Amino acid sequence: TNTYHLSFHVQAEMLDFLLFGALISAVDPVAVLAVFEEVHVNETLFIIVFGESLVNDAVTVVLYKVYISFVEVGAENVQTADYFKGVASFLIVSIGGTMVGLIFAVILGFITRFTKKVRIIEPLLVFLMVYLAYLTAELFSLSAILSMTFCGIGANKYVEANISQKSRTTVKYTMKTLASIAETIIFIFLGISAVDKSKWAWDTGLVSCTLVFIFIFRAVGVVGQTWVLNRFRLVPLEKIDQVVMSYGGLRGAVAFALVVLLDGEQVKAKDYFVATTIVVVFFTVMFQGLTIKPLVKWLKVPRATNRKPTINEEIHERAFDHILTAVEDIAGLQGYHHWRDKWEQFDKNYLSKLLLRKSVYRKSELWEAYQKINIRDAISVIDQGGNVLTSARLSLPSMASRASFPEVTNVTNYLRENGSGVCLDLQVIDNIPGAKVEEDMETHHVLAGNLYKPRRRYQSHYSRHFMPLGEQERQDREVFQRNMRSRMETFKSTRYKRHKKERSLKKVRRIKLQVTSPPTSSCDSLSLCSDPVVVPVETEDKAEHSDPEKDEDVGITFIARKAETPKQRPKSGCQIPLLPPPPPAPPSPPPASSSPTSEDSHLPWKGSLGSPPPCVSLEATKIIPVDLQQAWNQSISSLESISSPPAPAEPVHPRVSALSRLGGPRPASYTPPGSAAGSTFSIGPQVSQGSFLFPDKKKEEEEEEEDVEGEWLRRCSRSCLP
Amino acid sequence: MGSRASRLLREEEIEEIKKETGFSHSQITRLYSRFTSLDKGENGTLSREDFQRIPELAINPLGDRIINAFFPEGEDQVNFRGFMRTLAHFRPIEDNEKNKNPSATEPLNSRTNKLLFAFRLYDLDRDDKISRDELLQVLRMMVGVNISDEQLGSIADRTIQEADTNGDSCISFNEFIKASFVVNIHICTVVLVLVNI
Repeated sequence: TNTYHLSFHVQAEMLDFLLFGALISAVDPVAVLAVFEEVHVNETLFIIVFGESLVNDAVTVVLYKVYISFVEVGAENVQTADYFKGVASFLIVSIGGTMVGLIFAVILGFITRFTKKVRIIEPLLVFLMVYLAYLTAELFSLSAILSMTFCGIGANKYVEANISQKSRTTVKYTMKTLASIAETIIFIFLGISAVDKSKWAWDTGLVSCTLVFIFIFRAVGVVGQTWVLNRFRLVPLEKIDQVVMSYGGLRGAVAFALVVLLDGEQVKAKDYFVATTIVVVFFTVMFQGLTIKPLVKWLKVPRATNRKPTINEEIHERAFDHILTAVEDIAGLQGYHHWRDKWEQFDKNYLSKLLLRKSVYRKSELWEAYQKINIRDAISVIDQGGNVLTSARLSLPSMASRASFPEVTNVTNYLRENGSGVCLDLQVIDNIPGAKVEEDMETHHVLAGNLYKPRRRYQSHYSRHFMPLGEQERQDREVFQRNMRSRMETFKSTRYKRHKKERSLKKVRRIKLQVTSPPTSSCDSLSLCSDPVVVPVETEDKAEHSDPEKDEDVGITFIARKAETPKQRPKSGCQIPLLPPPPPAPPSPPPASSSPTSEDSHLPWKGSLGSPPPCVSLEATKIIPVDLQQAWNQSISSLESISSPPAPAEPVHPRVSALSRLGGPRPASYTPPGSAAGSTFSIGPQVSQGSFLFPDKKKEEEEEEEDVEGEWLRRCSRSCLP
Repeated sequence: MGSRASRLLREEEIEEIKKETGFSHSQITRLYSRFTSLDKGENGTLSREDFQRIPELAINPLGDRIINAFFPEGEDQVNFRGFMRTLAHFRPIEDNEKNKNPSATEPLNSRTNKLLFAFRLYDLDRDDKISRDELLQVLRMMVGVNISDEQLGSIADRTIQEADTNGDSCISFNEFIKASFVVNIHICTVVLVLVNI
């Protein structure tokens, strides 16, 4: 046995140093991840750093335990076979822990499927099951941290879909709070240990060497591994990535916790190790943590620009970013991966059916959600100095006709009650100061604040101390709506041009229906009302059809009616009729209040059209939550069926336009009754066309259909709520 | 084009595309599999709806414009060659290319061609000038709902004022290049990333 003397104090053997090395190498890049949220870095880098932080805790702990067991045996007793056993045990512990975690993930997902009636237990269930995963792994001496991690990863998708919005918020907040508390306690403990001399022993050589070496060797490790990786990557990891990865190797709570756990009897140098660890943690967190942000910024700044960008440059640069993002999306950045898509298929066909809930829609949730959204948007627009009536094209819910919800007061009262100083009375109209933008500064300020940001591929929700705002969602909603509207209009104009020829001068009666329930217009197909009364507000006779310019004024809004199913559903009091479209079909527009015809009774997303190619679902997973993917795919493929020769398939579909509600209904969608901006109403024909295609869907699909639809509704309401 | 879109890409085609666009073999096959996965109709061409089916484009402010850029003038279908030709604009510039045949036609991903691509996104009517209206349209697409039309109009005016050198209150391509000088450098370093996970 070799004894190394760094000084005359520290007596430690090879194994002890190995142990120390294992525990001091645990990286805790909290500060780094926080920086990433502010300074946008290469997303691959983000994945790498975050992934490392996720897994390395476990790896470190496992290694630590392996070495501890060696130390307990004593260095002289370790035989060659034991090294192999060590390696094997490392693998078993890690993989075993992961498996345990995944098993509990499945169990958790399954349980949350049935918690609809006991919402209040949901957060509790989540915590308990994860804790159970931890305990079980501990029971079998497997890696408990990995078990918990993978339990969370595996269950995330299903649990998120199954539990209520409030439960989700609860879980999220609680987790962040707990993580914050735990971290704080460790650092308090660390601080106390630092001043409590009995707990540590100083050795200058050890401390200084450790500090230097961890930095050097981390850099070496990063560069070396990057070099190896780059040979297999189409796009190499750049210097800046490597610098950030090396510099971002902060040590934190895990290292300290592990060192304190050492057994002083068996590891004689424990006190020296403790002192070293304290210094290392302090140093890295303070120095490296504080300086990494300036470093990253300095590295990223293009050298040429010292001057302020001109307006042209700002605009064009942003435009280029959008272009690049779009081209990346078109080229399919993630690529078509056989195994990933196989997994997606498996997940879709088996796992999701097993673990996702079939739910009943709840109209009240949706109505409240709508109401909150509209008012909240109104407030936010006002607060920013906008003019409610013109600039945001905000529409207030059509209250007059909504007798059964008397609590909907007008917005002004609502605002007054809530203490906002804003007055929305019609007589008082705030004029946005005219656009006399004198200064460059102001233009820049305006531009910078309002230009849409290019989409970041990975939203960073991973900070322990930070709850993300919904800025990206707001932007996504706005852009989505705009795009859908313009696509629709293109579709309409092409469509009308075709049908212009086909149609004679026969009069076509268009009925403009005012839907009484709020989720109108862009979500016509899913408006929910307690009674199937649709009040016709106006009836227009269109003299001729050959005037595509007048698209705006006509159209049918309708509400999709849920099919009468043999299975009795307690809350499905709402009838959602589908109207057949006037344009393509022979003009026979029944009002919505009539009973649903059999062919109408199928909502467009019902029925399966066979599984779409895996690639579509892969992309869809990025934007569209799991429960909507099927509907998205169906809607897309349904529109192809429309295109029996004349019309091009138009991916605007009730479901798709309803997707705009993923973040909540938009102010622009809702126009006060009688307004001329009926472009939203013109969704009608297209929606009905889409929905009209499924008269022959099987009834046995309804079980699943309900789930999807109900899921959609729940999802809308969930994401609608602030 | 063959009747089955899932047919394999022939070697000669790959070579031709390689010559024309500069993509490598593996990149071409990768992009071809992407092309076929987008091509629902399996007829070897993509229509606008195939592009619109990509969800991320729906939340990209310039999404629809970029889709249009893939389609040649007046056509509604794009084949794989056309697809690759457009994507080639964003291929990273490799160092060893600079030494290649300098007298050959400018590669598709040259700085000028990249800028021309962007310019054409603004200039819808293809008259080689960005008028105030076209600029307004693009600005409106890129900007949130909080900016009023008057503000936007003044921003557009200032933009044109800054860039316009010959006083016709439109931005020609040369003016565009000069005005986005810094951006000029920027886009050459921002490349299309084909991540090989």
